[in-house]
Amino acid sequence: MSATTIAASADRVSEVLARLATVNDPELDESVVELDFITDVTVDGDGAVSLSFRLPTYWCAANFAFIMAEDMRNAVAALPWVTRVSVTLGEHMYAETINRGMAETQSFQTAFGTEADGNLAQVRRTFLVKAFQRRQVALGDHLLAAGHTPEGLATVTIGALRSCTNTAEGQILVQRYLDRRCVVGEAGDEAPAFVDEHGAGVSPEAFRAHLRALRRVAVNVEFNGALCRGLLAARFNEPRDDDEPTLLDFIRAVPAEKRAAC
Amino acid sequence: MYKTKDGEEIFIIDGHVHLWDATPANQRNKHGEEFINCFYGYHTALSPKEELWTRAKFEKYGAETMYEDLFVKGYDDMAIFQPTYLKDFYKNGFNTLEQNASLGVRYPDRFIINGAFDPRDGEAGIAQLEEDVEKYKLKGVKLYTAEWKGDSKGYKLSDDHAKRFLEHAEKLGIKNIHVHKGPTILPLNRDAFDVADIDDAATSFPNLNFIVEHCGLPRLDDFCWIAVQEPNVYGGLAVALPFIHSRPGYFAHIISELLFWLGEDRLLFGSDYGIWTPKWLVDQFMAFELPEDVRKETGVNLTLQAKKKILGLNAAKLYNIDIEAMKARHSAKQSVAAE
Repeated sequence: MSATTIAASADRVSEVLARLATVNDPELDESVVELDFITDVTVDGDGAVSLSFRLPTYWCAANFAFIMAEDMRNAVAALPWVTRVSVTLGEHMYAETINRGMAETQSFQTAFGTEADGNLAQVRRTFLVKAFQRRQVALGDHLLAAGHTPEGLATVTIGALRSCTNTAEGQILVQRYLDRRCVVGEAGDEAPAFVDEHGAGVSPEAFRAHLRALRRVAVNVEFNGALCRGLLAARFNEPRDDDEPTLLDFIRAVPAEKRAAC
Repeated sequence: MYKTKDGEEIFIIDGHVHLWDATPANQRNKHGEEFINCFYGYHTALSPKEELWTRAKFEKYGAETMYEDLFVKGYDDMAIFQPTYLKDFYKNGFNTLEQNASLGVRYPDRFIINGAFDPRDGEAGIAQLEEDVEKYKLKGVKLYTAEWKGDSKGYKLSDDHAKRFLEHAEKLGIKNIHVHKGPTILPLNRDAFDVADIDDAATSFPNLNFIVEHCGLPRLDDFCWIAVQEPNVYGGLAVALPFIHSRPGYFAHIISELLFWLGEDRLLFGSDYGIWTPKWLVDQFMAFELPEDVRKETGVNLTLQAKKKILGLNAAKLYNIDIEAMKARHSAKQSVAAE
């Protein structure tokens, strides 16, 4: 896509990107926009949106690729002016299957036939729980470093959590955590903020050990995250011989608050 | 041999090396091309800038370069060849037992040659294994459970046919089962990095050692849990160790968890050559210290003794290597060569 076309449909493209920013890689728990997975967005006069994405390797897990494609399609379709969404994955061992699945709105099982023995509900759930855990350890570490005690954090309620921090970073961590707190159970204002994966509270004595156990989940995710970024750069960041802005430059120019809206 | 500042000699056994041919001429299809692309991605993502290779060298570095990188420029005293066949991707295979042995048999004091089997090969696979054990006196095998074969996109160690092979391997005198846990295991809807089948195999075969390459990363939490319960499960540090350069703080978390759950007796150094070279990995590992906060949280320390075990002593135990005898043989050879 040329820079001129991008500029002409900039408003709608940027609305699409803001929606895409709400879609996360299930394993890395980061937005597909931040991860530079989106390679192209076009919007035509009738409100039809075409988007393309790529992954760090040809081998990236097909289930995650499918989840992201589905989530992107649904996120963009929610915009009132959108009439059609087409999603295309490039340079992947299962690109053809996934792209056909998207075009025909198939379930994962239908798209993959005998190579799958069910749909993606369980793996989606597993990775939402991991995201919840990872966000909790990030927030817990931040609050402990800011001087909160394990005893205090073990008993703090969801309603009181926001007032535990007044830094911008702390507020972002709180918001990100609360966005996933409901994954493990009831999340009203009176419920404890820090709970385990079954939604049960954590005792003050066990609080540090609890966070440490969660850190192993975070270590895993970072392993893939760091590798994925490196692989993505190695795969696609071949030196370019022109300076024309690409879609990625444009995406990066979208203000952070718009990109992170969810 | 690595020498510390105080002159102490540390014997290095590199637990994970390959001699591969990934040139376009040997690639069978797109998958072969993308497989080496992915490895090259690992190489460029985690190597220090001054250690980067060209793509052409990376596709095929050859036996002489390998010997030089491991034993002359690098500190390796011995290295363990781990084959990766990938015959569905490469015409003559990617890194077969025969390719590795072509260099390995020339330097029997330097290389331990490991074999491989694929339970999906049935009787022919059993016969081949017997022949390989006979010919190369194999003490270990490398299994790649995610390898494609025809319509199959992988298998599990808990499958009946895999158990039959493990049983047979044990009878033939094989002790060490190196398992590469990689993605793309069917069914595709499940978590592609599942390490649970190790648990089953390690329980069923208490006299075999299971060395999980790459420590089950990126499922370290599951791997640690399994390893705690199964005393015959080990962690190979290949791929985890290179993070020491670009993400030392992160590496500290990985190694401290491994030290806490598995302990210093069950971890093995591996460069994964030619993805990375042992020289810089060993230099950085020897210089590495766990940060105070990590030590405090986990209560573990990466002592000199722990480093010595990880870099060589643990592998020597698994492969029954008499380090002092081997050192004497190496220095005898060197003095002959110098004359």
